Amino acid sequence: MALQSTGLSRRLLIAAGVLLVYLVVVPMILVDQPYFLGVATTASVLALISLGVWLTFYIGRINIGQGAFALIGGYAAAILITKLGLPYWLALPLAGLISAAVGCLIGLPILRLRGVYFAMITLSLTEAVRLFALNAGFLTNGATGIVNIPTPEAIAIGGLVLVPAFAEINQHLAFYYLAALLLIFGVLLVWRAANSRMGWLFRSLQQNEELATSIGVNVAGLRIVAYAICCFLGGLGGAFFTISQQSIYPSSFAVPDSIYFMLYCFLGGLGFVFGPVVGTFVLFISFELLHGLKEYQTLLYAVIIIALMLWLPNGLLSLRLPGARPAEPPRGGTAEKEA
Amino acid sequence: MSLMEVRDLTKRFGGLVAVDAVSFAVEPGEILSVIGPNGAGKSTLFKLITSFLRASSGQVLFDGQDVTDLPAHLVARRGVVRTFQETTIFRDMTALETVVVAHHLRSTSNLAGFFFNTRTARGDEARFRDSAEEILDSLGLGAVKHEPARSLPHGHLRALGIALALAADPRILLLDEPFTGMNQEETDQAVAMVRGIRDRGVTILLVEHDMRAVMRMSDRIVVLNFGRKIAEGSPEDVRNDEAVIEAYLGREDDAIGV
Repeated sequence: MALQSTGLSRRLLIAAGVLLVYLVVVPMILVDQPYFLGVATTASVLALISLGVWLTFYIGRINIGQGAFALIGGYAAAILITKLGLPYWLALPLAGLISAAVGCLIGLPILRLRGVYFAMITLSLTEAVRLFALNAGFLTNGATGIVNIPTPEAIAIGGLVLVPAFAEINQHLAFYYLAALLLIFGVLLVWRAANSRMGWLFRSLQQNEELATSIGVNVAGLRIVAYAICCFLGGLGGAFFTISQQSIYPSSFAVPDSIYFMLYCFLGGLGFVFGPVVGTFVLFISFELLHGLKEYQTLLYAVIIIALMLWLPNGLLSLRLPGARPAEPPRGGTAEKEA
Repeated sequence: MSLMEVRDLTKRFGGLVAVDAVSFAVEPGEILSVIGPNGAGKSTLFKLITSFLRASSGQVLFDGQDVTDLPAHLVARRGVVRTFQETTIFRDMTALETVVVAHHLRSTSNLAGFFFNTRTARGDEARFRDSAEEILDSLGLGAVKHEPARSLPHGHLRALGIALALAADPRILLLDEPFTGMNQEETDQAVAMVRGIRDRGVTILLVEHDMRAVMRMSDRIVVLNFGRKIAEGSPEDVRNDEAVIEAYLGREDDAIGV
């Protein structure tokens, strides 16, 4: 017991430290460097979107289609704000929910597929949604995109201003904090899903769907729940970018983005809730810092993914970083040999 | 009233009739075995009863209600629970984790309750854990409960498969060839285990090759050949049935293991 409680308090200490750096130190250092603050903001929201992809990995599905749902969320927010005049703060969660609803509809048939078949369908989803956005001009303005979207307005109850209008303050800082709050919300959501009984059921699906069915688990229903959460996070992230960039185009999220979301999960580790977060920050920020690489970026991504599969199949977090705790026993070479 | 009634159950795969108008009833508290040579349709029948396959025609009644076209997980919820061969496991869970998860059907809390860790959900978890420990101990798995399933030997895996099914609180347990690949001693233990489960009040329907075990433990036997039921009755009746001897057991009585 003593061991457990010191382990717990150590983890709490680490969490508090990370939050302190994330919410206080980073913004303090970067407050006058809008470019780097923007990089950190983008990394946060990309991590949020990748968290969704991680959850589909968790039920044993390779998801290369998250870009589609980021795009759906992005357009949903843009349309809700510009055509229906909804306030930003309502459009953001609604965009996530719309994306989740579309995810349920699409997921119902495609989640029956497994392995490479599911992966291939999701890969084409991103392209399908991009083409839809391009051709459904009445809704999306086609290739012109939806532009000049206003920045978030103030939230005030009576005379009390809870959140000032973004236009009147340091916008970059405001977006940074919004992104940070979204990411913390996303991590809590997925962490709780993975560590409650829901997580056990997800793992039972990942390991054997037939066996899960035989003990009365509603396999089809549970897959939809996981996929809906995934698409919700994707839509939320997409809606954020629509607002922070005040525009959305059919090409805002394309197939490479979907692949990157998957890669972030691989890099961080599929066995850890924090995997996609760590993976996103490490990869995205290191590439932003190595700007000169631009045209070789994809090549380097490819080399990294191959190297990962070969030498670090369980991701960066399997290197026993302090506080890292596998949400499931690591899988890989040793397990195969024992069997 | 019979606990389960199978009526004219038929499954066609293209031109092949794998199960051909098979009917029989399972009485509460009995051990009923389905036997037959390879390709007789035993496994298909098994999957039809548990809704892992859709029947082409015919009916499965459980407790007087038609469960033929229910999804498999809902059939399990009614209390019709099957086991698999021992390679079908949750590889990366320990024995204890596996059995705790398998208590899913007994949840009083819903998913949202588990997500927010309500009092009901915590109560469920505590009950599941106690019950899982009890089931594992009763099947002789207490000593290996913290081992990951993938590293357990075959005998333990088979017991774990049964533990998993028991956790789902079955009223009728369908065992898929529980004695395959066992030696005499292991078979004896397994027979005792199956009897023990029946004594807990669980009705047993099993599909099996091992004649010796089947003859010894079954209350009644149903014999399939080429998808058709060719005999039904006590082990004694089946052993002496001309059609069975001819179609399946061969010419010599000692092939039956008596």
